[in-house]
Amino acid sequence: MDHLLFGDNQFFGVNHMSEEKARAQAMRFQDTSAIIDVLDIAYDTGIKTFMCTTHDRIETVCDHMRANPQRYQDFVFYPCMPYAHKYANAMTDYGMLGAIKHFMPNEGFIDAAMRGGMSLAKKDIEGITTLLIDAEMKMFQGLKTPVIFLQNVVVDLLLGLGFKDAFRIFATHVKARYNAEPGFITMNLPMLLDVLDEVGIENPIVCANINKIGFRVCGGVEAYERALHERKFRAIAMSVFASGAIPAKEAIEWVCQQPNIESIVFGASSQTNIHKTWKLVEQYWKASAQ
Amino acid sequence: MMIKLAVVGLGKMGLSHLAMIKAHPGVTLEAICDSTGYVLDVLNKYTGLKTFSDYSSMLNEAELDAVLIATPSRYHADMVKAALDRGLHVFCEKPLCLSVKDAEELTALAQQKGLVNQVGYHYRFVGAFQEVKRLLDANAIGTVTHVLAEAYGPVVLKPKGSTWRTQRTEGGGCLYDYAAHPINLVNWYFGEPHGVGGTVLNSIFSKETDDEVYSTLYFGDGKSAQVSVNWSDESYRKMSAKITIQGTAGRIYADRQECQVFLRDGATIPQGYQTGWNVRYTTDLTEPVWFYIRGEEYSSQLDYFVRQIQQKSGDNVNSFANAAATDRVIAMMIADAEKGPATGADSASLAAPVHKQLSLSGRLLGLLRGR
Repeated sequence: MDHLLFGDNQFFGVNHMSEEKARAQAMRFQDTSAIIDVLDIAYDTGIKTFMCTTHDRIETVCDHMRANPQRYQDFVFYPCMPYAHKYANAMTDYGMLGAIKHFMPNEGFIDAAMRGGMSLAKKDIEGITTLLIDAEMKMFQGLKTPVIFLQNVVVDLLLGLGFKDAFRIFATHVKARYNAEPGFITMNLPMLLDVLDEVGIENPIVCANINKIGFRVCGGVEAYERALHERKFRAIAMSVFASGAIPAKEAIEWVCQQPNIESIVFGASSQTNIHKTWKLVEQYWKASAQ
Repeated sequence: MMIKLAVVGLGKMGLSHLAMIKAHPGVTLEAICDSTGYVLDVLNKYTGLKTFSDYSSMLNEAELDAVLIATPSRYHADMVKAALDRGLHVFCEKPLCLSVKDAEELTALAQQKGLVNQVGYHYRFVGAFQEVKRLLDANAIGTVTHVLAEAYGPVVLKPKGSTWRTQRTEGGGCLYDYAAHPINLVNWYFGEPHGVGGTVLNSIFSKETDDEVYSTLYFGDGKSAQVSVNWSDESYRKMSAKITIQGTAGRIYADRQECQVFLRDGATIPQGYQTGWNVRYTTDLTEPVWFYIRGEEYSSQLDYFVRQIQQKSGDNVNSFANAAATDRVIAMMIADAEKGPATGADSASLAAPVHKQLSLSGRLLGLLRGR
């Protein structure tokens, strides 16, 4: 994985500090071309990985990349699934079982129909899970997706429920079907590492909030520090600026000093901020390697 | 002492409560209960949880200290009562009841039995809204004259099939589901209004319930609050509740992310604030939680419930009594909306809030004096 990955919160009106700012961003990125413009800046700066939710609008970004293979020959997607809002809404409308049925392909694919129907009947989540993964992955056909993530809302819901098998099923399917590394996003890093160990997922890629002020690090700053020092996993730090609460230089310098971090994922909308973050990471990553 | 708890109702809210409370270090999850056998079987198969499809059997068989009820609203009253009768502490999703009488009886029963009783009005656990409460208690913006309490979000965006959430009689609709939250915040900050007026409960897409809610709440001292809520608004990515408060010495605006405060010259300036603009962000205002799924407030309210049981506390920021106040406002709003608008013929009989209002001659006099 590269040291710096590009995130997508800024494109979809997600901002943990201000609803006004979130709305302004949603307006600015109304057209996919505005998203592509920013991705181009990141790509040309040297940030070649786009870590994005399986939001419907990402499909048009994928179309653009597929249409211009020369321009984007090193472009890499790290899909993060599922886009939880559509499932949460479906659950409100149809209940849990109805929501699952709603997202199942219901015709055309005999295999899918069998996997879906049989697993529903047998209360076997393996078939259902793999079908849902395949549905989410459809938009990335023909593009590079070397790491595929399970989103934090789902990871943490499964973690809380104790639905441990789901992590194993996800990891196995992602490896077998997409030849990709499974990744897990979480707000509860120490607890998740224990469970991934338990189900035999070795040296997992885990993306979690890692920032100087301990914003949204559940289990506490000390447990996070212990995990980074002692546990065998490949950490991706997110929310390193804590939504802007930490000045950029201070934030990056601190993250680069932490052990065991393989990548930082960040979101930005301007050339200035993309360049600035890139330079800071170059500077402090090298400094900490010495 | 570990609290032995059961979760009842495994819809969207129930599942997320279950995941959080099961991870709580002070709780052992003894049972889950839902009427859908399928969901129970899957959870039992993969998590080993003890399941019941019948609530009474669960109460008879499981050894419990507390229950968390997240069933459709119309079942709340009977289920809460059955739990209280057995001496169990109760956390119930909002709204508490669809009938004010039920809510008041449950409040009395819980108090009489000395049991912890809490309702899931989670906005009272949002850092920014808690900051508003602190500012109001410190009298930071002087005498409050007006409040705007809003909530918008994308729930019903087209005509839909029928579920309990699509019917007012079952507790479905924008009023119970969405508007209850900003109303509850207004109750927390300013108590209960003595009257409501101009209530609009309008359908946009729903056949059997409301999708938008507007109303004015009148308080005793000339203070009023406007409620403006719409759950068919897709321009919001998810539910967004906000509150704007006008006072003689300043103004407060807050949503889940931030609290913006303008303090006039001469205001009582709270510690850490200054005259003019002040902004506090969620990153400063939010306390860490033991487990996070989709917002600290959901975790915090459950942790608070557990601690109230451990400390045998009779006081609760989200008690049945507080939720009953919100149920009463909702009932007033429904009655007001049914009454319909005032027309020219009956407007003379309407009780307009005359307090603080100047007579026409007084106003003219004021104008002449350059006020």
